[in-house]
Order: sequence, then structure tokens, then C-alpha cells
Amino acid sequence: MVRFFNALGTPLLSFFQYLGEVVLLAADTFRCIFTHKLRWKLFLNQVVEIGLLSQLVVVITGGFTGAVFAAQTFFQFNKIGMGSATGAVVSVSICRELGPVLTALMVAGRVGAAMSAEIGTMKVTEQIDALRALAVYPTDYLVVPRALAMMVSMPLLVAECIAVGVAAGYFIAIFLLEINGTYYMANMVRWTRNRDIIMGLSKAFCFGILIVFISCQKGLSAREGAVGVGRATTEAVVNSSLAVLICNFFLTMLLNIIYPAGYQ
Amino acid sequence: MIEAPPSPKPSAQPRVVSGHSSPMIAVRSLAKKIGQQEILRGVDLEVATGETLAIIGRSGGGKSVLLKHLVGLMAPDVGEIWIDGQNIIGMNERQLGTIRKKVGILFQGGALFDSMTVEENIAFPLREAGERDPEVLHSKVKEMLEVMEMEGEEDKMPESLSGGMKKRVGLARSIIRRPSCVLYDEPTSGLDPVVADSINRLIRRLQQRLGVTSVVVTHDMKSAFDVANHIAYLHEGRIYFHGTPIQLQQAADPILQDFLLGRSDGRGD
Repeated sequence: MVRFFNALGTPLLSFFQYLGEVVLLAADTFRCIFTHKLRWKLFLNQVVEIGLLSQLVVVITGGFTGAVFAAQTFFQFNKIGMGSATGAVVSVSICRELGPVLTALMVAGRVGAAMSAEIGTMKVTEQIDALRALAVYPTDYLVVPRALAMMVSMPLLVAECIAVGVAAGYFIAIFLLEINGTYYMANMVRWTRNRDIIMGLSKAFCFGILIVFISCQKGLSAREGAVGVGRATTEAVVNSSLAVLICNFFLTMLLNIIYPAGYQ
Repeated sequence: MIEAPPSPKPSAQPRVVSGHSSPMIAVRSLAKKIGQQEILRGVDLEVATGETLAIIGRSGGGKSVLLKHLVGLMAPDVGEIWIDGQNIIGMNERQLGTIRKKVGILFQGGALFDSMTVEENIAFPLREAGERDPEVLHSKVKEMLEVMEMEGEEDKMPESLSGGMKKRVGLARSIIRRPSCVLYDEPTSGLDPVVADSINRLIRRLQQRLGVTSVVVTHDMKSAFDVANHIAYLHEGRIYFHGTPIQLQQAADPILQDFLLGRSDGRGD
């Protein structure tokens, strides 16, 4: 029994230590945001890196998800004569779930990995020590611009993903599946509310925060040269993706109280 | 508050203590354990203002760890570090920032920011200090590159520089704010003898022209004898010897002799 608790204790302690490190980094970053001057050039560079350079990934993700989701929904709903309800289902699902989650997973893979690898390489090549030795605080210089850029970019990327997804679903439904456009649009507008969009954008903001702090923490704690950077990068992507999926459930339950789904 | 550092505790090891009264750097009973390994076991050391001290010792003996402690990049388990009359132990990053403006450090691999050009790297400390005028920055960088004998290399990226050039750019970056003390971590390791000699000349020139206090961590004996006023030998986590280069050459101690002559004790056979 003692052996069981010993075996369980070590990974559990490591897990809580890791969570603590992420939370401390987040707290330190928010402290720096309010106490240090913003480095505008670094912030705008990160907006380009996170927001602008993720356009293609987000458009393809949103477009094809909307298209396939519209097709699958139609195949099922059409059997019971509800083909024109496809628009409502596609729109609400993309706004509340698919848009934010899929965008977050793509950003975790593209941006989170890059952040972790870049900061990790700086760590193992003593560049972060050099920053500190030159009296520059690494959190202020490296994490704050990335965190702020992520907070700005993620909701915009998710909004774009939702728009492209809904549009792709519409075109597939109308031109390929031959659903009546008027009914499709009327159902979609009737069942999609502002609260669905607000819920999606709120999730986007939270997922952005998760991705940036998990990735930066992994980079800052990288050790043992190239192998360590590789490991940190992989763990950053895996942990960010898992955190997004787990937090999505709790956010859905919480936000559904504030922004309930359905026609009310 | 600036206080005088306490006087050093007597050491059981054979050592010669320098006789300067106002040290720029004073280390007292410094101990550091990394994992299960005791790296430093009570280091006592003084570096007088304007002096160049070489810290020598075997690879993996804790020389670089000691150097990182001097600028607050690592925190000791036990001990005190006094820089220019201030004990830096327990200081937060912001307080250490004030100390770090007085102390430049040259890292073993240069630690240049690989997303910046040579010019941006060298100008970085000035930009951080609030200098924004491009002409002032450019002229100061040019001046530093002349000192480093690297004119015309402003626009190169770090990956296109040789090891010696990286170290010279790293040195330029660390001294552009005119620190009163410069720490060098293995400045000549991995360099051919001619480039190594040019780095040694730079270190001497900085001491003579700017009067900076220098601490050079090295296991290159030629470099240590070339640049140092005093040499400290770090052995098994403690300062085993501290004296002038001549005193080191004349020392009959077998451990020092083995190191000076590059003699192994046969354990690696």
C-alpha cells in the first residue's frame, strides 16, 4: 500500500509543481504587463507571427470543417425531413465548439511549438542568461509580448474560423446538397444568437492564455541541449492541446450558464 | 545600504590571499549543490578594484558556476557575494539589475541573440538603457567594432560568424555600457592560438585603457599567465591556491604542479 502511494505520489507532486510553475509564470507576466512599459515592436512582431501567419491554417481548418459538418448533418437530418435545419446546427456548433477548439489546436501546433522551441533554444544557448546579465527581465522581454499578442490574435482568428466555416457550410448546402437557401438561412439566423459568438470568442481568449503560458513555461524550463528543446517543444504542443480539450468541457458548462444555448 | 564586506574566514587549504583592502568582488563561504553533486564547498575569494583575476581549475570543477554566482545568474545554498560593497544574495531580479549594469559578462559561446545582427546585438544594452538615436547607436557600435578589430561586420548574423568573432561581439556587447567589472567565461576555449592571443590582448587592453576589474575563468594556462595579476586555483569546490602568476609557477604543491604540467594521475588509464 505504501509502495502504491509512493509510486502515485512522485508523479502527482511533479504534476502540481508543473501547474504551479505555469501559474507563477502567468502571475509574473500579468504583474509585468501592469508594471513595465510595453515593447511595441516585439508585440507587433508577435501579432504578425501569431495572427497574420496563421491565416492559411485557420481558413483551411474553418472552411473544411464547416463543409464536412454541413454534409454530415444534412445526411442525417435529411432522413427525417429536417435538411433545412442543417444551417442552424452548423452555425451554432461552429460558433460554440468547433471554431474555438479546432483553431486553438491548430495554433497550439503552429505557434505554441514555435514559442517553446525559440525560447528553449535561447535557454540552452545561454541567451536568456545573457538577457538577465544585461539587466533585462526575461518574462518582460519574452513572455509579455507573446501573451498580449495571443490575447489579441486568438479571438480574431476564431472569429475568422467561424465566419469561413459558416460560409463553407452554406455553399456546400446550397450548391452541392441542394438545400433551399431561404429556409437554410432563415433557420441559421433564427437559431444563432450573439451569445453563441460571444461564447466562442470567450473560449478563444481563454485557450490563447493556456497555450501561451504552457508553451513559454516549457521553453523557459528546457534543459540538455537539442534533445531538451525537442522534448520541451513536443510537451508544449501535447500539454497545450490536452489543456484546451479539458478546459473546453469546463468552460462549456460554465459559459452555458451565462450564455445558455437554444432559442430563448 | 552599502556596507563593508566582512573579512574572510581563515581557510585550512594552502593559499596566498591578496593584500588589497577594498575588493570590488568578495565571496564568502560560497556553497552550491546541483542535484546530489556538491559543486562549490565554501569558496572564499577577493578581487581588488582594477585587478584581473584568473580562476583556473579542472573541467567540471565549478568555475563557470562560480562565475554565474558573481552576477546573480545562480543563487548559492550558503554564502555571501559582495559586489562593490553590496551583498547581492537575496536580491530580486530588479535589484540585481542595478548590479548587473556595473558587471559585464562574456559567455563561453558568446550567447549572441541569434535573431539579431551584430550591430543589433552590440547596441542592445544601449537600447535597453533608453538610447533611441540611430546615429548615436551606430557610432558607438562602430567604435566597439574597431576596438574588437571587426570593422565592417555590422550586418552579419551570428550564425555566419566564427567562434572567435562571436566571442569578440559578445565582449563588445558586454562592455558597451562601460561596466566597472567584466567576467569572462572561458574566453579562449575552442579558438586557435592566434585568435586566442587576440582575445587575451583585448582583455589586457580593457584593463589598461578602462581600468576594469576582470575575472577570467579558464583552463588555458597561457591565457591565465598572459592576462592575470592574480590566479586562483579551484580544486574540489574550494579555492586551493590564490596568488600571483609567479607564486603559482614557483609552487611545489603536487596538485598545482600536476595541473600546470598537464599531468594526469593515471586514474583515466
